Amino acid sequence: MAKKQRVLPGYGLSMGITITWLSLIILIPLAALFIKAAGLGPAQWWSILTSPRVLAAAKLTFGASAAAAGVSVVLGLLVSWVLVRYRFPGRGILDAIVDLPFALPTAVAGITLTQIYAPTGWIGKYLAEWGIKGAYSPFGVFIALTFIGFPFVVRTVQPVMEDLGPELEEASASLGANRWTTFRRVIFPLLVPALITGFTLAFARAIGEYGSVIFISGNLPMKTEILPLLIVAQLEQYKYEGAAVIAAGMLIVSFGLLFLINLLQRRLNWQSR
Amino acid sequence: MKARLIIPFALAALFALPGCGEKKSAGAGGVLELQNVSYDPTREFYEAVNKSFVKKWKDEGKGDIKITQSHGGSGKQARAVIDGQSADVVTLALAGDIDVIAREAKLLPADWQAKLPDNSSPYTSTIVFVVRKGNPKGIKDWGDLIKDGTQVITPNPKTSGGARWNYLAAWAWAEKQYGGDQEKVLEYITKLFKNVPVLDTGARGSTTTFAQREIGDVFLSWENEAYLIEKEFPGKTDIVYPSLSILAEPPVAVVEKNVEKHGTAEAAKAYLEFLYTDEAQTLAGENFYRPRKAEILAKFSSKLPTIPLVTVDKDFGGWAKAQATHFDDGGTFDKAYGAK
Repeated sequence: MAKKQRVLPGYGLSMGITITWLSLIILIPLAALFIKAAGLGPAQWWSILTSPRVLAAAKLTFGASAAAAGVSVVLGLLVSWVLVRYRFPGRGILDAIVDLPFALPTAVAGITLTQIYAPTGWIGKYLAEWGIKGAYSPFGVFIALTFIGFPFVVRTVQPVMEDLGPELEEASASLGANRWTTFRRVIFPLLVPALITGFTLAFARAIGEYGSVIFISGNLPMKTEILPLLIVAQLEQYKYEGAAVIAAGMLIVSFGLLFLINLLQRRLNWQSR
Repeated sequence: MKARLIIPFALAALFALPGCGEKKSAGAGGVLELQNVSYDPTREFYEAVNKSFVKKWKDEGKGDIKITQSHGGSGKQARAVIDGQSADVVTLALAGDIDVIAREAKLLPADWQAKLPDNSSPYTSTIVFVVRKGNPKGIKDWGDLIKDGTQVITPNPKTSGGARWNYLAAWAWAEKQYGGDQEKVLEYITKLFKNVPVLDTGARGSTTTFAQREIGDVFLSWENEAYLIEKEFPGKTDIVYPSLSILAEPPVAVVEKNVEKHGTAEAAKAYLEFLYTDEAQTLAGENFYRPRKAEILAKFSSKLPTIPLVTVDKDFGGWAKAQATHFDDGGTFDKAYGAK
C-alpha cells in the first residue's frame, strides 16, 4: 500500500512525543495511584467505598457538581449570548472577567465566597433572613462549584455561537418562523454539543475541586464533607492506601459518567446531521 | 496563545520565579540557612525567636544565619517533611506527628523525644474557651457546651493537631464528670459536635471563622491563640478557663538526616537549645505559651493561670493509643458522627 501523503511530515516523532508526554503527566501518576490502592484487597476496597461517610460525601460531591454544572450551562448560555450578540461599552472587560475563576487561587475564591455568604456576610445576611444557609451548608458547596465551573461553559459555547452567521436566522425568518421558533429549532440544536462539552468540563472540574470548597462547606461529617476532603483526612492518618482507594473510586465513577456524557453527545451529533 | 490567557500566565510565571533558585546551607555569601517547619499558631512566636537567635548567632561570631518558617496544619506539615520538604528542625503540635516522620521516613531516630529536656517540649500550652465579650451565653465549663442553641467552633480533629487537643480535653472532662461511664462520655461528645456548625481543617481557619466571621458562641482554642485574638480584635472577646483542661506539649526536634545533608547540624541543635534559654522562655511567655522554666512562668502567672491539666501520656496512654482510639477511622470521633 502506498504511503499516504500528509500536509506536514513528522508523524512518528510527534506521536512519540505525545505518548511520552501523556505518560509522564497523566498515565504514570494515575497508574501509581491504582498501584497504591491495590495494596488493599477487594473486601477493604468495598468497606472503604461503602462506608456511610464516603457515601454521604460522594452523594454531595457528585450531586452538587452536577447541579453546579447544570446552572452554569443555563447561565453560561445567556452570558455567551450577551457577549457574542451585543456590542456595549465594557464588553471587553466583561469578557475578560469570565476567565478570572481560572486564574484565582481556589483557596482565595473559597475564603472570599465564605466571607460573603456566611450568615454575617454581605449576601449571607439576607439569605439568613429567608432561613437559607449560604456558607456551611450543601448550598455553599454548590456556590463554590458554580464559581469555578462557570467559565468552562462560556468558553466552549462562545466560539460556536460566533460562527453562527446571521444568514441562518434570516433564512429561518424568511420561511416564516418567529423568533422563538428560530431559536428553538435552528440555533439551540447547533449549540447543544458545545453546551454538553461545557457541562462535562464544568462537572469534571467540580468533582475534583478542593481548595474553595473546604472553606465554604464547614466540613461536617455526613453533611457537608466532600470526597477530596475525605482523601485528605485519610492522608492525615497516614493511610495512603485508603486515600488512594477513595481517589481511585472517584476516578472510576467520574470516568464512567464522563464516558456516558460523551456517548450521549455523539448520538446527538449524529442525529443532528 | 489567546491574548486573554497571557495575563494569567505572566502572573503565574512571576509568582513561580522566586521559588526557582532555592538554595540551602552555607551558599553564596556564607549565609547559613535553617528551615523551621512548624504548625499554624506558632507564626508570631517563631518570628520573635528567630530575630533573637539570628542576633545571638552573629554576636557569638558564628556569622550570618537565616531562618525560614513554614506554617500549616501540623499533620500536613509532617507529611510534607516525609515527602521531602527539607526541614532542618520541626516544631509541631503533637509528638505523634514527629513520631510518624521518624517511623515512615526514618529522618530522625525513634527516641527523638529524649534528646532535649522536658519531652523535647520547651514550652507548653493548654486549651481554653474564647467567648464573645461579656460572655452572653454564660459559658463557664465543658458542660455548657452541649446546651441547646450554643454554637461551638473547633477545627476538625481528623485534619488538625490542635483540634485533637480540644477533643481530648473535652473527653477528659466528661470522663471525670460521668465517673468514667464510656457510653455517657460518647453521648456528651456526640452532643458537643452537634453544636459545631463549622469544622475548619486547621486552627487558624477556625480562628478566622470565630473572630472575623463572628460565627459561634465559643471557640475551643489554643491558649496562645486566644490571647492573639484578644490582641487582634480588642474588646470583642473574653477568655474563659474551664475547670479542667489538657497539658499540650508541642514538641521540637532536629531532622537529623536533613541537617547532615545540609551541613546545618550544629546550628539546628543550637537553635532548639536556644528555646530553653531565659531569653526564649520569656519570648514564649510574651507570646502566651507557657514557659517550662518555673521562675519565668511565674512572671506570666496573671495571664497564664494554673488550672488542673490532664496529660496525654498519663490519661490517654500516649499519642499512638489516643490516635487509634479516638481519631482513626471507626474511632470515637467517627462514632460521634454516626459514621463507622
